Amino acid sequence: MADMWPSEESEIGPASSKLNMAVDLKNRDKLLSIYRKMLLVRMFEERLETLFKEGVIPGFVHTCIGQEAIAVGVCEILRTDDYITSTHRGHGHAIAKGINLNRLMAEVFGKATGICKGRGGSMHVADFSKGILGANGIVAAGTVIAAGAGLSIKSRVSDQVVVCFFGDGGANKGTVHEAMNFCSVKKLPVIFFCENNQYAQFTSRERTTSVQDLTLRGVGYDMPAVSIDGNDPIEVIEKSEQAINDARIGLGPTLIVADTYRFGGHYVGDPQSYRSKDEVTDRRSRDPITLFENYLKSQKMVDPNSLRLEKESIEKLIQTAVTFAESSKYPETISATEYVFTEVNEESQ
Amino acid sequence: MRSISFGQATVEATASAMREDHAVIVTGEDIGWGGNFGQFKGLLEEFGPNRVIDMPISEALILGSAVGAAVTGLRPVASLSFVEFTMGAMDEIVNQAAKFRFMFGGQVSVPMVVRASDGVLRSSGAQHSESLEAFFSHVPGLKVVAPSNPADAKGLLRSAIEDEDPVIYLENKKITFRRGPVPEVDYKTPLGVASISRAGTDVSLITYSVMVQHALEAAEILSREHSIDVEVVDLRTLVPLDVESIVRSVARTRRAVVCHEAWTFGGFGAEVAAQINECLFGELEAPVIRVGALSAPIAFSPPLERALVPEVSEVVQAVCKSIEF
Repeated sequence: MADMWPSEESEIGPASSKLNMAVDLKNRDKLLSIYRKMLLVRMFEERLETLFKEGVIPGFVHTCIGQEAIAVGVCEILRTDDYITSTHRGHGHAIAKGINLNRLMAEVFGKATGICKGRGGSMHVADFSKGILGANGIVAAGTVIAAGAGLSIKSRVSDQVVVCFFGDGGANKGTVHEAMNFCSVKKLPVIFFCENNQYAQFTSRERTTSVQDLTLRGVGYDMPAVSIDGNDPIEVIEKSEQAINDARIGLGPTLIVADTYRFGGHYVGDPQSYRSKDEVTDRRSRDPITLFENYLKSQKMVDPNSLRLEKESIEKLIQTAVTFAESSKYPETISATEYVFTEVNEESQ
Repeated sequence: MRSISFGQATVEATASAMREDHAVIVTGEDIGWGGNFGQFKGLLEEFGPNRVIDMPISEALILGSAVGAAVTGLRPVASLSFVEFTMGAMDEIVNQAAKFRFMFGGQVSVPMVVRASDGVLRSSGAQHSESLEAFFSHVPGLKVVAPSNPADAKGLLRSAIEDEDPVIYLENKKITFRRGPVPEVDYKTPLGVASISRAGTDVSLITYSVMVQHALEAAEILSREHSIDVEVVDLRTLVPLDVESIVRSVARTRRAVVCHEAWTFGGFGAEVAAQINECLFGELEAPVIRVGALSAPIAFSPPLERALVPEVSEVVQAVCKSIEF
């Protein structure tokens, strides 16, 4: 691949680079690391909400608040050289897969130091050196791209895998079906990960989707499918690990459907007139971070003081990222047409 | 020199690229058996099913997976039998392939080729007859190639496969079986360089793909019957466009006719005409004239089909009009 960014470690540490290591869900450090990443995603996006409302961030911001256990849980199992394709709601996936936080923040600001040099923005963050093949503004576009990455892995006889994240809205796109069929035929190492957050933009799943249980969609493609609680990182890890390991050893794709809930609107500022406050309050009672905090407390792994320290240290990381983004320059306007085509080195002509 | 068909020439280019670089794969509809026009014949036998991959009729998958493969180390050549089928994968072409490099700040290139047959052939009907190069040419990030003869077909495809960016490679159906001299050696014809198919001094006839043949026939008629000396410029590549060669020719002849089989309205000829006007406005003896298809889907009925797309006589008339202006 040409012109790749040199590998950089994120402040929070990269996704695991060890081979096929089962995640030790009894290990305190591991569980704390998972908690920390979930909290980082949450606090990062809460900061984005504030910055967006203050008018600092241009464009749109789609947050995954309420869905953090999925991104963090899945990426916990993945290696740095595994691929993910993400959605318009992709900050969580990118952070969990190890994107550099400063450069992610600068990208959302549209600055030259952004991970995509300000060309992409919130909806198009990517870091190919970390296997992040891009957040994507087109719903479920990542599924067919993941199929291609799967072909590439197979062609290199590698044991990498691809996880393509899409939503319940994306589940109704033709691309999902085209990709599931093909990956099943070719037994490609692709995990179809559906984050069922109950809403396709502003429209509820019930009104648009033929099946209550989206795992039924796997049957049509002769693909194993599992339904999981997407608000519990331990369940996400336990139930995704099998699928990812199967893909790694050539057994082909799995469909995972994770039940979750989008706490925020479709985008920051969405008045959310399409759903009741009671519904939101009810679903917020299953906040993945609170649930996990309670679990850690019950295991005597954290106490109020250690939790406070965690939050403070994450707040510092985020503040550093904001300061980095704020103090960075916008791209030079003279560079507006750069990167449309691959620049050919004149010496090599 | 031996003579082979346009389709065979593309097989040679693909095979050379595949022998040279293991990352090159071919995917698409109906390629294992050789393709509708023999343009994949023998590839499966030589390179096997892991590199010559018959895909389901899932256009978005074919082109989306090409993008995914291209950004993870392969160089896919993806084929959708007819250019109209790209409409089922325009997201993958326009929103993904064309934008990845830019949108991600130059982190990756997307080295892939989309092959598709276009143009009118024996009443193929409205959904198998069109020339849609203007769509693709309009989108920044895509290169567009439209060869007119077997020798260029081979050299340009070789360059397209080697190119780091997505290339739309359009092969006109009427000329796919047409034979012509093609060197046996492996060679590359650079993208973005037009060729002069016939030198002349009175009018520049700027064209590409199947219409180059029409233009050459028109030039013979014009020479014989009207003593008009026509220069035929074969663009070969629409993006990048060789504006310099166009301007060089028209600066000499001071008259230009642009012709293509695609619709005139909003067609690629409009871009060529605009480029000429911007560069040579004061020096032209006549306005740039466009020759293309009428604004209707291509009809099935043979007389209607003929009425819609330009014939040699219309090219002749356009040149006469330019001279008489």
